[in-house]
Amino acid sequence: MTPRWKNPGWNVWGLLPTHLIMLCTLIIPIGIIILVSFSTRGPYGGFDYVFTTAPYKQILFNEGWTGELEFNPQYLIVVGRTLILSTVTTLICLLLSFPVAYFISLQKATLKVMLIYLVTLPFWVSMIVRVYSWIIILGNDGVIEKTLRFLGLIDDMDSLLHGDFAMLVGLVYSYIPLMILPIFASIEKLDGALVEASHDLYGSRWTTLRRVIVPLSQPGMLAGSILVFVPCLGAVLEPMILGGGKTMMMGNLIQLQFGPARNWPLGAAISIVLMSAVLIFLLWRGLRAVRKESRELLA
Amino acid sequence: MTAKTDVRRYPGFGLFSLLFFVYLYLPISVVVFYSFNANRIVANWGGFSLHWYTAALSNAALVNAVNTSLFVATIATVVSTIVAMMAALVLVRGKQVRYRRVSETVVNLPLLLPEIVVAVAVLILFSELGISNGLLKLTIAHTTFCIPFAFLPIRARLQGMDSDLEDAARDLYASSWTAFRRVTFPLILPGVFSGAMLAFVISMDDFITSNLLNSGGATTLPVYIFSLIKQGVSPQLNAISTLIMIASVVLATAAFLVQRKK
Repeated sequence: MTPRWKNPGWNVWGLLPTHLIMLCTLIIPIGIIILVSFSTRGPYGGFDYVFTTAPYKQILFNEGWTGELEFNPQYLIVVGRTLILSTVTTLICLLLSFPVAYFISLQKATLKVMLIYLVTLPFWVSMIVRVYSWIIILGNDGVIEKTLRFLGLIDDMDSLLHGDFAMLVGLVYSYIPLMILPIFASIEKLDGALVEASHDLYGSRWTTLRRVIVPLSQPGMLAGSILVFVPCLGAVLEPMILGGGKTMMMGNLIQLQFGPARNWPLGAAISIVLMSAVLIFLLWRGLRAVRKESRELLA
Repeated sequence: MTAKTDVRRYPGFGLFSLLFFVYLYLPISVVVFYSFNANRIVANWGGFSLHWYTAALSNAALVNAVNTSLFVATIATVVSTIVAMMAALVLVRGKQVRYRRVSETVVNLPLLLPEIVVAVAVLILFSELGISNGLLKLTIAHTTFCIPFAFLPIRARLQGMDSDLEDAARDLYASSWTAFRRVTFPLILPGVFSGAMLAFVISMDDFITSNLLNSGGATTLPVYIFSLIKQGVSPQLNAISTLIMIASVVLATAAFLVQRKK
């Protein structure tokens, strides 16, 4: 006899609560977001279900007094900035993470565990505190300015806060543990004999790194890229705290539309654009992984 | 083989990693350091003081925010861990589960979406339903996005052990409930514990959703901290941040030790 949760009847009951919660709080509401993105803005904020494509047009155009459409790139710039910052963040995380992950994997068991613990620890520490700490470092009279003045390099400098640079620093700092862990897992699985074989065949250290170690740790890099890139696209805290509210990313633009700006249809339309960007990225990476697998099978 | 001749070692990686760990911990240390600053202006050192800690602990708004966060996180953790455990048992152990892949995707849905989209979804849902109770809104929303975080460690634990023991219990005439209570549950307990821990931390730490839903008089800790950040850097803010970090480190270490004790 099999335990009850192995019966097909129990399957339904076991899955019912999670699926009901997801259906009611996410799947149906996302349907409503799509509806709202095609709705008319209500007179006092909110929205009325009157079909219009105006919110999407509003992303690209300004509507003049007489209803003529004038191209306005203000929101497009935000979308572009989000994509560029997320890409650069992912690349920087990749570059920084690989040597660290590799170094950790070479250590003895106890030290290895300790170092991995040290990598994950900041991730448990409140996100908002970690982002905030950069204000003290980058801000006016902050740690960097003080250090440079102490070294006699500068007299006075502009705050490094409130711009793309500060946001980039915050994004890299927030998400880099998510890149190191999967790369480390990949390198751990790597067979050390392959590295030694490469050396026996007169491969130099760099050739070995380039032709053996990096290619074999690609699954980890792929997983890490997804884990870093996707939350970057939806980042809210970094632009709000370090971007200074003027240089926006899609996340805080959406937040603004549902908050003070009270333009729900526009916010919904931008949410759909953001969700599509994430979906396209996931499908693209997923497809690449599938294609690579099939190529390996055929080879 | 000594370190110098080991071909797997690369010169410079060690120094690079050391610098990396400095980078990882410098910002946190700066906050802790300045929290002991007696001077009201953060950037100017005015001597050691614990003044800002006593000020923080007697701050009624902060205590309120902590209570709200604890209340929401506790309920969200309990509910999400229970339902996630049920789902994991079916998805890993169940036979003839139809649409297994789709079901797993549904359970992990909050991880696949940017959090701001999840936040907008629940905001619109509550506005359509006319729910205005702040605590209720927060608890429902947090339960939703905590589910995958509770689910993944439990699933990993279940996948890592085979079902022989459960089958043996059943062969020895244990009822399915007894088999679960006496065999399966104790075995997956570390997974359940780390899942619950993760869900709790994710809920305590959440800013995006709580900030968007912030109405009806329920302000969570991160939302309160954000309001302080908007007022500018202050030593009390540093003291509060340090207290939060201590709590996080204690939780993280507990979770880490439980996971190590496999």
